[in-house]
Amino acid sequence: MTPAASKTDESTDSLISVRNVSFRYGDVPVLDSVSIDVEPGAFLGLVGPNGSGKSTLLELMLGLRRPDVGTVSLFGEPAAAFDDGERIGYVAQDATEAGREMPITVREVVRMGRYPKRLVGRFAAEDKRAVVDAMEQVGIADLATRRVGRLSGGQRQRVFIARALASGADLLALDEPTVGVDAESREEFYELLHDLNANGLTVVLIEHDIGVVTTYATEIACLNRQLYFDGAPEAFVETDALAAAYGSDQHVLHHDH
Amino acid sequence: MFLTHQRVAGTPLDQLPVLWLAVTGTIEWVLDNVVGPLMDLLAEVLGTPMLGYPFMQRAYLAAVCIAVIGPLVGTFLVHREMAMLSDTLAHTAFAGVAVGLFLNSALSLALSPLLTAFVVAIVTALLVELLVEHAGAYTDTSLAMVLTGGFAVGSILITATDGGISVGIDAYLFGSLATVSTANVGILLLMSLIVGGLVTLTYRPLLYVTFDATAAQAARLNVRRYKRLMVVLTALVVVSAMQIMGVFLVAAMLVVPVAAAARVARSFRQSILLAILAGEFAAIAGVTLSYNYGIAAGGSIVVTAIGVYVATFGFQKLAPSLRRLGQLRPGHSEAGLKADGGEEKGVSNGPTPSRLADSPTSTS
Repeated sequence: MTPAASKTDESTDSLISVRNVSFRYGDVPVLDSVSIDVEPGAFLGLVGPNGSGKSTLLELMLGLRRPDVGTVSLFGEPAAAFDDGERIGYVAQDATEAGREMPITVREVVRMGRYPKRLVGRFAAEDKRAVVDAMEQVGIADLATRRVGRLSGGQRQRVFIARALASGADLLALDEPTVGVDAESREEFYELLHDLNANGLTVVLIEHDIGVVTTYATEIACLNRQLYFDGAPEAFVETDALAAAYGSDQHVLHHDH
Repeated sequence: MFLTHQRVAGTPLDQLPVLWLAVTGTIEWVLDNVVGPLMDLLAEVLGTPMLGYPFMQRAYLAAVCIAVIGPLVGTFLVHREMAMLSDTLAHTAFAGVAVGLFLNSALSLALSPLLTAFVVAIVTALLVELLVEHAGAYTDTSLAMVLTGGFAVGSILITATDGGISVGIDAYLFGSLATVSTANVGILLLMSLIVGGLVTLTYRPLLYVTFDATAAQAARLNVRRYKRLMVVLTALVVVSAMQIMGVFLVAAMLVVPVAAAARVARSFRQSILLAILAGEFAAIAGVTLSYNYGIAAGGSIVVTAIGVYVATFGFQKLAPSLRRLGQLRPGHSEAGLKADGGEEKGVSNGPTPSRLADSPTSTS
């Protein structure tokens, strides 16, 4: 199940490469000439104030949107043309709310990870194995037949991670995944992300809790329409990039995890 | 009824649906020579003469079909929170009926109003979906405008057409058992095959898109295509079911059984099956009540379905005590939510591959 980092060594060595990208919603500029690279095996934390374009940048990175100006490449291909869906795991912003009313089991959700490979036809032994392995890896195997909407927020997040692992994703993108999750589960969740990243999974994470990001990420990008900082967390807490991006005297709150 | 299957030759428009007539003709033959005699036999065995009447045979068959495809498509629709779309399409389908009647009257054609209803509903469904793709989300306001707009066009066309045609409109508005022709049942059977086949083929992408459209897009599923398919399927089901359920009530068949099933189902797959079961119960009971008491079929079906929905509350109240008596398997109660899986003691940690079948009902 450990993603092979070597798979990404194609035309460029960056897993994601964003070059001079600008984007606007109608008349509203969202991103202005942003360039950033995500190396294989990185754990990138994207921070910035509300409406700073973090989610948009993540969607551009994954090829879900096309930039007005600039280029985005994903696994060495133009992001929008990249079609190997099983290599991308995505946990959307409202994923904690998804399926609260919908009668769907943990296993049914994790099985979705195999859909890009197996949109029709019976699941083969390897598909079933991948689903079980993924659930075991994030510790939800005993919840397999439970309805997703009746799990706690922390458990539900693991289901989405398992879905990405079941597909054999090399890249895991998460948009504020722990909104509405209690502090203890949140910490466990980040420990899990840390372990997966240590095993070679590339992680791109949007998180409003800057303390958490600086603890777990190996790289921080601070954004507010423009990129204010891109580098190591240790360097980030020393700079005034945060204050500049938020436009006020923000301090990095360092949670002791 | 409604000029559905009359042979009028001459204009090019009449020659277009030749294939259509061949298909429905085949189905009609099966109805007359296979299904009919079987139901006659059933009527004799059960001692219910009602089943021996051809118009009741057609009504039951139509109701059974509707109760399969309604909840089947409705399950995806309801869980994408698009239930109102079915009501909207029903009202625009009424405009489609009116268009058919208007064209027939103005150009002396013999189109089936059901055919024009299909066309108008499908076109509206795709237009609404394109609007959503452009604007980003369904809004109450836009659906309400399309709904009333469709109905308004229908009412204008009806009144603009020479007097006589408004006679049969009641049957479309409120649904009717007696007016279900053999051709109508044939169309309904054909639609059931088409809708059932399409949902079976696209079950996985439809489920993924329904549950988490953004992640489905990131996984490179063609989300736009499946969303469009979904609204077209809805249009097909709504128009098919309109004949018995009526414009005003047809949406209930896509919504009420689904809502009932969602309360008690343990998985998505099971919720589809339970919704169809609930739909079948409501449809068969509703048609029977309608015949016995001379009341509207659509209304009887909907009231029965709502009864089933209300009964699920009782079932959920009873379930814990039944479970304590050991008659139900453990799990799935709201009380065990925070217990991190502690409630499902009977489920082993490492499921064996044999337990990976989609049915979640096999444990304990």
